[in-house]
Amino acid sequence: MDQAKIRNFSIIAHIDHGKSTLADRILELTDAVSARDMRAQVLDTMELERERGITIKAQAVRVTWKGYELNLIDTPGHVDFTYEVSRSLQACEGAVLVVDAAQGIEAQTLANAYLAIGNGLEIVPVVNKIDLPQADPDATAIEVADLLGDDPAKVVRISAKTGVNVADVLDAIVERVPPPAGDPEAPPRALVFDSSYDQYRGVVAFVRVVDGSFSRREGLQTMATGTRFDAEELGFFSPTMSPVESLSAGEVGYVITGLKDVSLLRVGDTLTSVARRAKQPLPGYKDVKPMVFAGLFPTDSDSYPELRDALERLKLNDAALFYEPETSQALGFGFRCGFLGLLHMEIVRERLEREFDLDLLVTAPNVAYRVSEKNSSELVEVHNPSDFPREIEEVEEPYVKASIIVPKEFVGTVMELNNDRRGTFDHLEYLSPERVHLTYELPLAEIVLDYYDQLKSRTRGYASFDYDVAGFKPGELVRVDVLVGGEPVDALSLIVHRDFAYDRGRLLVDKLREEIPRQMFDVAIQAAIGARVIARETVKARRKDVLAKCYGGDISRKRKLLEKQKAGKKRMKQVGAVEVPQEAFLAVLNIGQGQKS
Amino acid sequence: MGRGDQHGAYVDALLRELELEGGVLADPVETVFLGGGTPTFTALPELLRLLAALPRAEEVTVEANPETVTPELARALRAAGVTRVSLGAQSFQPGLLRVLERGAQPDDVRRAFGLLRDAGFDNLSLDLIYGIPGQTVADLEADLAEALALGPEHLSCYELEAKPGTRFTHAFGDELARQAEAMEDYFERVVATLTAAAYRWYETANFCRDDRRALHNLGYWLGRDYLGIGVGAVSTLGDERRRNTAKLARYLAGDFDRELEALDDGVRARERVLLGLRLDEPLPLAGLRHALDPAGLARVESLGLAVHDDETLSLTDRGRFLGGAVTVELLAG
Repeated sequence: MDQAKIRNFSIIAHIDHGKSTLADRILELTDAVSARDMRAQVLDTMELERERGITIKAQAVRVTWKGYELNLIDTPGHVDFTYEVSRSLQACEGAVLVVDAAQGIEAQTLANAYLAIGNGLEIVPVVNKIDLPQADPDATAIEVADLLGDDPAKVVRISAKTGVNVADVLDAIVERVPPPAGDPEAPPRALVFDSSYDQYRGVVAFVRVVDGSFSRREGLQTMATGTRFDAEELGFFSPTMSPVESLSAGEVGYVITGLKDVSLLRVGDTLTSVARRAKQPLPGYKDVKPMVFAGLFPTDSDSYPELRDALERLKLNDAALFYEPETSQALGFGFRCGFLGLLHMEIVRERLEREFDLDLLVTAPNVAYRVSEKNSSELVEVHNPSDFPREIEEVEEPYVKASIIVPKEFVGTVMELNNDRRGTFDHLEYLSPERVHLTYELPLAEIVLDYYDQLKSRTRGYASFDYDVAGFKPGELVRVDVLVGGEPVDALSLIVHRDFAYDRGRLLVDKLREEIPRQMFDVAIQAAIGARVIARETVKARRKDVLAKCYGGDISRKRKLLEKQKAGKKRMKQVGAVEVPQEAFLAVLNIGQGQKS
Repeated sequence: MGRGDQHGAYVDALLRELELEGGVLADPVETVFLGGGTPTFTALPELLRLLAALPRAEEVTVEANPETVTPELARALRAAGVTRVSLGAQSFQPGLLRVLERGAQPDDVRRAFGLLRDAGFDNLSLDLIYGIPGQTVADLEADLAEALALGPEHLSCYELEAKPGTRFTHAFGDELARQAEAMEDYFERVVATLTAAAYRWYETANFCRDDRRALHNLGYWLGRDYLGIGVGAVSTLGDERRRNTAKLARYLAGDFDRELEALDDGVRARERVLLGLRLDEPLPLAGLRHALDPAGLARVESLGLAVHDDETLSLTDRGRFLGGAVTVELLAG
């Protein structure tokens, strides 16, 4: 195909603004999918995606429109996957920015628009859902045009649901989005913008060929990780897999690699030919690092092997998922897992529970810290509060740049929340007379603790929120240990800002006091920073535990009762001499996740 | 026995079972205990016919409800060789007796006690219940004082056990749950009051003066064999425990329909531990070591709940208050 006849584009939008519906209409309109075969929202393949209304993995579909080859590259819709979104955008020359005519610009509209502009993409602004009674297409078009410094007249007004004006979107793509600019004669280079694992065919790479061309059976190599393989099959999605003999500059398609591990083929890497090796990789490759960590433990310790297998299987398709075995004296054998963000964590957890039928205990999430021990200047990255040194020289925590859009009457309440969460005000701007865009710098740790729920409930659901990790900064952070009967409970240690240490410690101690059954001795429950106890409660010893009466007719029953109690003790977790039911940990871990103070 | 016309038939059935099973009894029999239900509700001639057929023993106890005791009954029991009567007093507070749905009034208890004394009984026991819904500390103290004023040789004090699913639990479950923690205090008060009055706390729920322990019950706690006769009666005979049918009609028809439970050495050893630790005397360890968990023993000793030497194991007072939990800790799992 003549490069001048190719258009590569993405659709970007805030959740529920109609991205997937527009994609479906485009497929129908270009006869890629007949209306009869149409499964609602073809591009979203995973069950979870469909339920949550978000898209996890990108795919690319080739359609033709008036003699042009259009490649629609789907992008993940959430901040946790910013890097993947940016790689998908890098594979395009243009982006269709969809904004709901009733909702207006939301936080992810902005984040995605900035990301697309930053990648040098031509933006085709679209106002969707103009058929809704509460839609205000004119006002929304002005908002969008303001954002892009564009003319409101250039904003395409559509209803993806009814199909009204969708053809105009395709025409606008052909007219405004530039064709790919790569050199078809140069040594081949292709950007890997996504990959997935198929249990029969191995790793499938989704690529955008930038220069040169690739042929079937050719020996290929990735430039950052150095992985080599033969291209078993090349092709594109239409939307079913359509094999071809070669893919050339400007085209988008897939490569079946036969590789058995997605980590060998990382998103953002550059693919080249072994025989005709390119000199320079494409820019922008990053080794994505997990930012949010939590311990995952099977509630039934016998399920540990199943959990291990399930994580292995997920990891095949999710290079960003990190895990390593973790042993907790309170929770037994499990894994410390690293995630890109909270949503990523939730998705992994739900898939483990739903697709693998596992019952999990998840510790309160924490972020990655960089910390140096007392009298040392070497910063070490720590992913688990129980690895956090008790005496520290210095500690840094990740910060995010948070972007919040709210109706103006909620500005005060959002500012209050952000101040409570150690936020630093950055910027305030009116998007319209009614809606305000606020930016703040916030510690990521403050966001992983129910920030989003708080934001939603305090703004009656009106706020939209997005964030971008903005590097590490020093913080006044301390490790709080929880001790039961003088023994630290590893799974309950946490890292908090010094100012919040007392409240969090008090909350944990109070909850544990309610949950730990009385023993044959007094049990002290303490929260401590190092050797300094900041909160303390006591579970008083039981003073009576007898079977009231026991005569000839009662003996069997009473014996069985005691035998049952004995068996019940085995299910208890032992913290030193104290027996703690697993439910107690569960209850305490729940407050760690459910509320702040 | 609720129905007068069946008393004779029931006594017939008892005597038939005794005839069949009596071969296992020692000669002489050490103790006889007529109880469970209320034997003294039985028509007197039938009761006397039963007593006459029972073997003579050093201790023959009959359980009696206070309102059933008449001068005639008291004299007849004495004449029939009964050595000990256990009176189900439960409480001396009319309100609490109503909660328990007892027919007796506080005066019935005092009157019955006097009649039995008059008939020559020098070994009388009173049952008291604490933890009755609505019972205050003052009520408990009054009950203990009333009981002590009668000077019984023996006292049994039980915490009210509300069985799940019963009408009683349905009516008072919430109240019982509310007062559960106060029961620690009540139990300590019972033991403190009675021991201060020179009663020996010889078993978890039993007290006596002048060493007048309930010899029959002592047999249970020492893990000895016993033969039980009657509807729902339980026997422990060597490596077997059996329970008669609880259905009166079946029993009267001579069909005991027994439920059997095999008792291996491990079970009997565990039972000896759980029963023996209820007593205030050291538990001899011979033959029981395999039933004990050494780590559990070390734990309860370090908590000051038990002490042991080469031959015996004893609970401290605090250990006895926690006897159930301590036993669970001590038993090998």
